Amino acid sequence: MVEVTDLRKRYGRLGRTLALDGISFTAGEGEIFGVIGPDGAGKSTLFRILASLILPDSGKARLNGHDVVTDYQKIRQIIGYMPERFSLYQDLSVEENLQFFATLFHTTIEENYHLISDIYRQIEPFKKRRAGALSGGMKQKLALSCALIHKPEILILDEPTTGVDPVSRKEFWDMLQRLKEQGIIILVSTAYMDEASQCSRIALMQGGSFIATDTPQGIIGSYREILWSVEGSRITALLATLRQHPGVKSCFAFGERLHVTVTKDLRPEVLKQELIGKGFDDVRIAPVTPTVEDCFMAIEQK
Amino acid sequence: MKKKVIEVSGLTKRFGHFTAVDHITFDVEEGEIFGFLGANGAGKTTAMQMLCGISKPTSGSGTVAGFDIIRENEQIKRNIGYMSQRFSLYEDLKVWENIRLFGGIYGLSDKVIARKTDELLERLNFREERSTLVKYLPLGWKQKLAFSVAIFHDPGIVFLDEPTGGVDPAMRRQFWEMIYEAADRGITVFVTTHYMDEAEYCNRVSIMVDGRIDALDTPGALRRKYDTDSMDEVFRQLARRATRNE
Repeated sequence: MVEVTDLRKRYGRLGRTLALDGISFTAGEGEIFGVIGPDGAGKSTLFRILASLILPDSGKARLNGHDVVTDYQKIRQIIGYMPERFSLYQDLSVEENLQFFATLFHTTIEENYHLISDIYRQIEPFKKRRAGALSGGMKQKLALSCALIHKPEILILDEPTTGVDPVSRKEFWDMLQRLKEQGIIILVSTAYMDEASQCSRIALMQGGSFIATDTPQGIIGSYREILWSVEGSRITALLATLRQHPGVKSCFAFGERLHVTVTKDLRPEVLKQELIGKGFDDVRIAPVTPTVEDCFMAIEQK
Repeated sequence: MKKKVIEVSGLTKRFGHFTAVDHITFDVEEGEIFGFLGANGAGKTTAMQMLCGISKPTSGSGTVAGFDIIRENEQIKRNIGYMSQRFSLYEDLKVWENIRLFGGIYGLSDKVIARKTDELLERLNFREERSTLVKYLPLGWKQKLAFSVAIFHDPGIVFLDEPTGGVDPAMRRQFWEMIYEAADRGITVFVTTHYMDEAEYCNRVSIMVDGRIDALDTPGALRRKYDTDSMDEVFRQLARRATRNE
């Protein structure tokens, strides 16, 4: 069980930079708790405090009953932590890195091989290669293997998929799902909003605060805007025209379409006729289910 | 027909026995937004280094911004803009100092730099941040400034290497609106990204697999060809073909 109560942290001269502005949440066994937000939201600060690497200014955090400040030695035994930057030994081989982390925690690769076999098997053919010479996706797999080798109760993964291509990201999340089933609590942060659906619950983070915490479905369910998707050729001109419209509250590109939020009294047929009148002959308008990214932008704008 | 800003043929780079880039052939037209996609390790970075004149191809030929990539690589460097996600501005210099520095590197006169600095700060609505150290700017602002600095010397083409990684959703879209504005002014944009929704914002995209370009077309045509409604799925189908584990 992860129990976090009103964590606060400031940085810099005179504490000018507010990194955490009162964070509270709980996460339980078999849960993937995702902290989703852009760079600078405070995700890494939160995870570093939970990993007992830095101290909060105030507030409490307990991991399976152990306080991250007073019981830090115990904390370090029960967590597996994967920092944002690749921090394995670049000059050691794949196998040597894993051996090193196993030894640190008084265990062996053989003893906990079952935990990592799924992941490690994919990089085992390259076990003699220097870690520094691995591709991005393979580095992530090695880092996750090293974080798991001592059989942690809680995994803390700080942006494990940043800079990783969509296919490797998918594989990485599949691995997390299997670890979750083994009862490990997983705290994971990401700047990719599309990864939210992989989490049991998510917190949307911005400016040091959780601006919403719920299941991904719950977050989408509490979206209160009227959202349409608008398609057509000349998409940039369409975007500029829609932004000028008094009934349009916001308009953003979403892949090949536009997502538009509108006031209650605007009807899609009316808007369509207006746009056709302005020369957008092939425009198509349809209601659309919001994504977590729509929700994030709607809450952020308030 | 529009002018070609990039034109390469059979471009190849080998490191020992390993072929990082394997005979790639393609063109990019003036004012085009060209998305350069591929899995980690597919060879994108190596290919981009050759296009920017900082790595010599093992074989193949081509021109970038009208200059030969083998014989005239120094001219290429002067006539392109480049922005990477990791490093693009000096954190310990102020906003105006960064602009001054890069303007100077590209050989602009003090007078031109002064005039263009005012214009740039005006356009970005950044006047009040003129003397702010870059490290105190939020990431999204930094990326917008870095992009403006990369095209400060009015290059014919700008290379953007994952410019929006980690940037918040609204800011990521504002960044793309800046890309569109630049393209409207005739600047060709060559961009890599791991966000597949951003692939849709490109006029054409190429997808690299194991050092080769396995697909190159408009996003719409690629979706039709691979019989799916998302670029994410197009990318997955292609990347699954990869056999090398680099």
